Formats: sequence, C-alpha cells, structure tokens
Amino acid sequence: MERAAEGNRRGYLAERGWRSWAYTMDHKRIGVMYLYTTIAFFLVGGVFALLLRLELLSPQAKYFSDHAYNVFFTLHGAMMIFLFIIPAIPSGLGNFFIPLHIGARDVAFPRINLASYWVFVAGFLVVIASLVSPMDTGWTFYTPYSAKTGAAVATLSFGIFLIGMSSILTGLNFIVTIHKLRAPGMTWHRLPLFIWGMYATSIIQVIATPVVGVTFLLLAMERLLGVGFFDPAKGGDPVLFQHFFWFYSHPVVYVMILPAMGIISEVIPVFSRKPIFGYKAIAYSSLAIAFLGFLVWGHHMFTSGMSPLANAIFSFLTFFVAVPTAVKVFNWIATLYKGSITFESPMLYALTFIFLFAVGGLTGPFLGALATNVQLHDTYFVVAHFHYTMMGGTVMGFFAGLHYWFPKMTGKMLNEKVARIAWALVFVGFNVTFFTMFIVGVRGMPRRYAEYLPKFHVENVISTVGSAILAVGIAVMVLNFILGLRKGAPAPGNPWRALSLEWQTPSPPDTDNFHEIPVVTDWPYGYGKAEGPAE
Amino acid sequence: MNAPPAGHGDPRVAFESAKLGLWTFLATEVLLFGALFTAYAVFRAKYPEMFRSEHLKLNRVLGTLNTLVLITSSLAVVLGVDAIRRGKARLLEKYYGATILLGAVFLCVKYVEWTGEFRHGLYPGTNIFFSLYFMMTGLHGIHVILGMGVLAYVVVLSRRGRFSSGYHTPVEMAGLYWHFVDLVWIYLLPLLYLIG
Repeated sequence: MERAAEGNRRGYLAERGWRSWAYTMDHKRIGVMYLYTTIAFFLVGGVFALLLRLELLSPQAKYFSDHAYNVFFTLHGAMMIFLFIIPAIPSGLGNFFIPLHIGARDVAFPRINLASYWVFVAGFLVVIASLVSPMDTGWTFYTPYSAKTGAAVATLSFGIFLIGMSSILTGLNFIVTIHKLRAPGMTWHRLPLFIWGMYATSIIQVIATPVVGVTFLLLAMERLLGVGFFDPAKGGDPVLFQHFFWFYSHPVVYVMILPAMGIISEVIPVFSRKPIFGYKAIAYSSLAIAFLGFLVWGHHMFTSGMSPLANAIFSFLTFFVAVPTAVKVFNWIATLYKGSITFESPMLYALTFIFLFAVGGLTGPFLGALATNVQLHDTYFVVAHFHYTMMGGTVMGFFAGLHYWFPKMTGKMLNEKVARIAWALVFVGFNVTFFTMFIVGVRGMPRRYAEYLPKFHVENVISTVGSAILAVGIAVMVLNFILGLRKGAPAPGNPWRALSLEWQTPSPPDTDNFHEIPVVTDWPYGYGKAEGPAE
Repeated sequence: MNAPPAGHGDPRVAFESAKLGLWTFLATEVLLFGALFTAYAVFRAKYPEMFRSEHLKLNRVLGTLNTLVLITSSLAVVLGVDAIRRGKARLLEKYYGATILLGAVFLCVKYVEWTGEFRHGLYPGTNIFFSLYFMMTGLHGIHVILGMGVLAYVVVLSRRGRFSSGYHTPVEMAGLYWHFVDLVWIYLLPLLYLIG
C-alpha cells in the first residue's frame, strides 16, 4: 500500500511499456492516447483536403477521376468530423484537464473511460475497413443515394455508430464527474469556464448522439433489409433522413465549438492578467447555446422541401443562437480591454480564434436567412463559412489549448519562436485559402464538383496556394511539438502564472493528480489582484 | 494502472455517481428509441389506413401475454432489490434468476410471433408498418437480451458474496435498466398492437 502510494507520486508518464498505456485507467493517459489518435486523423484528413485543392488547380478534372474526387471529399469530411474534431478537445484535452480543473483524482468511471477509448479504436478500425469500397456520398450520407451507391455504407455506418457510443460514454462520464467529484469549496460558480463549456458539450453528446446512431442503424437496415423508411418508392421519406441526421449533426457543431470556447475563456484572462469579464454570462451562454442548438437543425434543409412555415420557424430560431455566441465574444473582448496583454503562442491562437470565429459567425446569418440561403446553398460560401467556424474556431481553439497545456502535459517547454512562425503561416494560409471561397461562393461556384467554370480559375489557384501555406504552417507546428517533446527545456509547474488548479500541480502531474485534495476558496480568475500569484 | 477508488473512496458518492450515470444513460436510450417513435408518428400521420389495416395482422393475444410476462419480471426485480436491502443475497439471486427466466419467455414468445409473421409473408420491407414493427420490436429485443446479460452478471457477483445490505449498487442499477426495458414495451404494445 505504502509503495503504491509512492508510485502515485511520480509523474504520470513515469511508467513505461505498452501495457501501462493500453490498460491504463488514468484519465491523463487516456486523454493523451486520444490526442495522438485524433491528431493523426487530423493530418490524414488534411492530406485529403490538399488533394482536393490540388485537383481544383485547374477548371477541368486533371489528376483524379470524378469518383476519386467524391471519395476524397467524403473521407476528408467524415474523418475531420467524426475522428478528429468531435473527439479531439472533449476526449483528448477534456479527459486530461476536467479532473485536474475540478480538483479530482480521476473521472467518475475510470473503467468506462478506458472502454470509451477502445470502442473509439474499434470504430475507426471499422471505418478503415470500409475503405475497401470507399464512401462517395459526402459526410452527410444523404438518402436516396447512400441507400443505392456501391460503397460500403453499412460498414462505415457501423463504424460511426461505435464512435458515437464512445462519445456517449465520454459525455456521460464527464457529466457525472462534474456533478459529483468537485473538490470541497469548488462551487458551480468557481468552476473554470472550460468546465462549463465541457458540461454543455457533454449534455449535447449524450442527448444528440443516440439519434444519429439509430439513423445510421436504419440506413444500414435500409441497405440490408430494404425497410424503406427513406425510400419514396416504398412510401418512405428521404427528408426524414435529413431531419434525423441534422437533429444530431447540428447540435454536434456545438460539441465542436463549445470546448474550444472554453479553452479561449481560460487563455484570454491568463495572458491579459485580468479577471475574466462576465463570468456568469459566459458560463450560462454555454448552456444556452447547447439548448438552442437543439432547435435549429432545419436550417440545413431550407432547400430540401420542408413546408414554408417550418422553414420560417427554423430560420427565426437560428438567429437566436447568435445571441449567446456574441455574449461570449463581447466578454472576451471586454476581458482584453486595458489588460496587460502578452502574445505567447497560446494567446496568438486565442486571438486568432476570436477574429476568425467572428468572421465565421457573422457569415452564419446570411445562411440562416431564407432568401439569401436559397442563393448561397451548396456554394463555396457555405464551405468558407463552416471552415471559418470549425477550423478558424475549433481548430484554432484546439491549437491554443495544445500550446497552453503542452508544458503541463509533457513537462517540456515548446520553442516559442518556432511556435510563432508556425502560427503566422497558419494564420496567413488559412485566410488565403478560405476567404477566397467566400468570394467564389457569392459568385455562384457550387461545392462538391471536381470541375468548375473557367471564370473561377484565379480564385481557386489562390485558394490552393493558401492551402499549401497552411500545410507548411501545420507541419512546422507538428515538428515543434516533436522537438519540444524530445529536447524541450523542463517545464516549471506554472509557466504561465495561471490560477486554475491544474497549474498548482507539478509538470507533468503525478498519477494521483493531488496528494491532498485541494480546498477551493476562490474562483480561478483573480488576476491582477494583490493576493494573486507573484506578478 | 491502479485507478483511484470510485467516488474517491466515499461509498455514498460512488452510489450517487452510479445512479446519475445510469439515469443519464437511460436518457440516451430514450433518444435512441425516440427516433423510431418519431418515424412511427410521421408515417402514421401519413398513412392512417395502412396502420389500421396492417396492425390487425399482429397477434394480440401473444402481445398481451408478453406484456404480462414483462410486468411480472419487473415485479421480480423490485422484490430482488428489496431482498438485498434486507441483506438476503440468496433471495436476490432467486428473484433475479426468475427475471432472467421471464426475459427468456418473452423472447420465445417473440420468436413464435415473428416466425408466424414470416409464414404469412410479412417481413421488414413488406410495408412501412411492418418495417417499423420489426425495427422497434427488434431493437427492444436486443435490449432485453442485453438486460438479461446484465442481470446474469449481477447474479454471478452476488454468488461471489459481493453484495450486502450496505453495498448493492450494481443490483439497483441493473434493476433500473430492466425497468426501462420493460417500460419501452409498455409503449410498444398500444402503438403497434392496439391502435385500431
């Protein structure tokens, strides 16, 4: 017993060998495994994106067949959504930092946590198995095409069903952990805002994911047994599939963005040396976004043949999402106001998040409004909009989190100069790639075609050049991570002088997180006050 | 490798965590069936005549019988939980064993029903009503099988002497899950068999 306790006081990375990872119930190790896995899929999904951009260098299909192009954008979308952006922050960073943030030794159900990782692995193995006859339906799997194509739809559906199960288990674990395992004195209004974001996220995961699970089950049954729910010839309704699909897939965009917003709420006050402005507004706006997110799925279907009344209601409700979202953005900016801002790499990415997400967010209402939606539907404007929110938002938030917590997770410091070079390349590359898509989109270039009219040629070349810059930026960043892991200077416990609990542990934290469960007496945002840490 | 004890070693926190976790899980289950109930509502509104004529082809006697079987099985679960609260592990095993048996009876009756329908040329895909019928009862049947597995695991644990009047969280959780499976059927019976 004595020795076991001693073992818990070595850094969580001390134990070696594959067994110490494969069977681990330490939330930190499970988080790290998720991070490695999801980042790998991010890179693979990115390669598919580069192939798409390569094909679009010329107006005529040149390098691949149209079918290959369809497969590439399907795999790009499906991988980025299901294997990277949904699990990366919640299951990766969330797993690592939720218990540390609330002063707990682990999540509520460590065994289920490990199971969720292996179910995720089983899921992506099935997804990879489906590549024998790769999907060409787009990541949305719309019927009737998905019920008829020769691609391995049933296999891929099953893989995503498993990934969904893993997502449910993770969300369930986090909800219980946040409710039941907070340290003494850690009241709801003393929780770091990352936890509020993760709590709202977990609720969406738990409520929305089973619906997409059963949807894919029915799609598989459609193909295997011909049940006909989505087949007009049998009295079914393809639009019903879209309703089911978006009932999950719209709320899930908030599974992607809410944790990133949580990270931004952590990073901004630390690097402004100011208490976060509007704590409760930011906290409850997360819940409001989660709630409203369930009421607006129909705005993906304005051109699908819903009734005009349903269209109008969904459009009306969609505008409400802008309110809690703007509440957050205004509060972050108010936090920055008169702060002692420093521009370390996590802060650069956090500010980039605010800027790019504002562009992505403000182009949302164009698509939420009925009249402009009909004009812009399925054009590159949509592609630009959701890349500004998902990549400009979530991925930048993820990068901010990776740079912010890298010293804590690895015990090593990153090379700050290289990190800033990578950031500059990513920032420029991203905007060159995607801003041009707004322009071609408004001018009417439709998405998902391997060929396009010659009048869009210049913009597409610019966009492809941008994607190359972006790729170089990400390569430099990954290289910096590898160098940091191998040769980084040892990280102190609290390099950013932050106040939340994870920084009060050594870097990397010990296996049991806290030798004594801390007693919390204040919120974690008291920056710039005399009783704060040494300024 | 060594996970910290559940609830940081506080058994009350561990029990409450398990309970909250299970209710959250049941919420996901409601949503899982919810999509099928939605499909049911949509298609019933669209084809009221088909639902009226097709549902007459189902075997109401066996459906009612199965309802009685499941309600009885839930009674056995309640008695089992009550038994372990009083510390009687052997009695718990008997009641949960009876529940598993009743679950098996339910599945056998379902098997008779399904094969009867197949004989009459009624398959998933025959029409929307029968697609719904087979999907909903099929998904429910899978849950019955899973529930039986969970109950069996609890019985095995009990035989190893794991439960007492002080600690029996898995018993209560498995029981709660079984009640949920039972409850789904309570909705399926009127919607599928008794809509006329």
